[in-house]
Amino acid sequence: MLQITLFYIFAILAVLGGIMVIVHRNPIYSALSLILTLFALAGEYVLLMAHFIAIVHIAVYAGAIMVLFLFVIMLLNIRIEERAPGAFRYMVYIGVPMAAILFLQLGYLAFQGFKEVYVQNTDVGTVERIGQALFSKYVLPFEITSILLVVAMVGAVYLSKRKLEIVE
Amino acid sequence: MNPWLLEAILALIKIVVVVFGVILPLVMMLILAERRVSAFIQNRLGPNRVGWQGMLQPVADGLKFLFKEDVIPGHVDRFLYLIAPGIILFPAIMTFAVVPFGDQLTTYIGDTLVTIKFQIADLNVGVLYIVAIASLGVYGLVVGGYSSNNKYSMLGGLRSSAQMISYELPMGLAIISVVMMSGSLRLQDIVVDQYEVWNVFRQPLGFIIFLVASFAETNRLPFDLPEAEQELVGGYHTEYSSMKFASFFLAEYINMITASALIATLFFGGWHVPFGILEALNLPVLWEQIIQILSFSVKTLFFLFFFIWVRWTLPRFRYDQLMNLGWKTMVPLGLLNIVLTAIGIAIF
Amino acid sequence: MQGIPISHFLILSAILFSLGVIGVTIRRNAIVIFMSIELMLNAVNLTFLAFSNYLNNVEGQIFVFMVMVVAAAEVAVGLAIIVAIFRLRETVHVDDIKLMKW
Repeated sequence: MLQITLFYIFAILAVLGGIMVIVHRNPIYSALSLILTLFALAGEYVLLMAHFIAIVHIAVYAGAIMVLFLFVIMLLNIRIEERAPGAFRYMVYIGVPMAAILFLQLGYLAFQGFKEVYVQNTDVGTVERIGQALFSKYVLPFEITSILLVVAMVGAVYLSKRKLEIVE
Repeated sequence: MNPWLLEAILALIKIVVVVFGVILPLVMMLILAERRVSAFIQNRLGPNRVGWQGMLQPVADGLKFLFKEDVIPGHVDRFLYLIAPGIILFPAIMTFAVVPFGDQLTTYIGDTLVTIKFQIADLNVGVLYIVAIASLGVYGLVVGGYSSNNKYSMLGGLRSSAQMISYELPMGLAIISVVMMSGSLRLQDIVVDQYEVWNVFRQPLGFIIFLVASFAETNRLPFDLPEAEQELVGGYHTEYSSMKFASFFLAEYINMITASALIATLFFGGWHVPFGILEALNLPVLWEQIIQILSFSVKTLFFLFFFIWVRWTLPRFRYDQLMNLGWKTMVPLGLLNIVLTAIGIAIF
Repeated sequence: MQGIPISHFLILSAILFSLGVIGVTIRRNAIVIFMSIELMLNAVNLTFLAFSNYLNNVEGQIFVFMVMVVAAAEVAVGLAIIVAIFRLRETVHVDDIKLMKW
């Protein structure tokens, strides 16, 4: 009973945050709403017994990625997004029905296929299980992610150091 | 009684005791201590008129903050401006949930056997929790700096976000080497692991990295760039007044207490009493617990003093020096420390 | 004591994913489009964790871990690109930077 109440509280917060991300005209509010969604999702992860992922999720997303977003928004000092000129404003009439159809499909599958299955009390989310899998069976992908991160870091430094010029 | 209910009541009592019985009085003490120690270092008297030797000065300061006019400037982003002081207090207090103040005590309440842990929540991912919560501290400063709509505040917010991201890395690397020694992410296990030798002797490099990084994370001198008075007026809190200003102030001191408690826990043996004094005394269990908690408090208080001492001794870093130190010195040193620790573990 | 049905998590994930799709299509601000992509990645993560719990299988958790790494790398490079474009064009609106070459 307690769990299902918590699920609904977190779900409502997550959806509210998600809606705010896409409708608010000020990007800093969008970023803060996304942080709300991420926290609510961390709560959902705890309900799914994935404690380790929940904590890592907060540290990576809320602690690093969103700070980077806020940093860039402040650095570029973008305040309000002006209303779209020309054809762009009709994107709403394409995007929303498309997303609605997508949601109906996904939601139908989820509702049909997994109605009678419930969250179980397992130890898959513990540090021990994940660590063992990560450093035995998945050690090669794990090591490759480090290369990916180095490449991303070098790329980011290169992009922000280089002076771009308009070629006439 | 229902064991689940008992657990919940115990946790609530612990939260109230820690927040209102430990953190807030300690903050008041710190405000006075900061002014008196700075006065002592600068060879003057400091506040000594309110109460005996100025003991009631924090109360007077608090009253002054409460009764000042609460100005909300017209050009600010109202909603964010109002929630920023709340955002900044939240992660500062949250970290205390996993700090172990002492060992556990097994006793009878009524006729049920209860184990009281001197720790609010004994998470098995405690260290990761600390890293996660510590990384949230930046939001209050960024939101406060942005919503004030003032270039000094904005620069303060920008500086703080860059500084915090840069120094979280070496902090995390130093913590990793500690976790490698103890083989557990649970803070209680890390403390128990230091029974014979404190981590500061096994991890001297890690300790120095963690100490410097925690100065940067708490925005204290020599790394108080986000609020550098001479360049930025007041940094991120330039536009704040009255109680809202006070909560930024409060958060800074609570962060200091957190950092000191973490240094004591991770590197100075937590609640262990050095030199086997406790075993030699052969006291009853309850007294042993009290002495252990006292030992932890003494260590924490020493580091609080250390924070104040450094503030009035060292000059401020320049911004590019701060970034160079973070990325070109601390991060490589942290990585080196991990490699050395791994070699050490493989050999012994 | 029944616990929470897995379908609830999947439907929440579907809602968040659709919101992300709407965000990518209707917004002009490149940074907000980026955030919408993050929203979609997180919706997928939620699905992975729900199935990981249902199948009692650790692979789902590993996959979430990898998604987080990719998201971090993507944000670092993507934001660097946005900053570079802003320095050149003084805009972050995607319809102002629609030309492939200038």
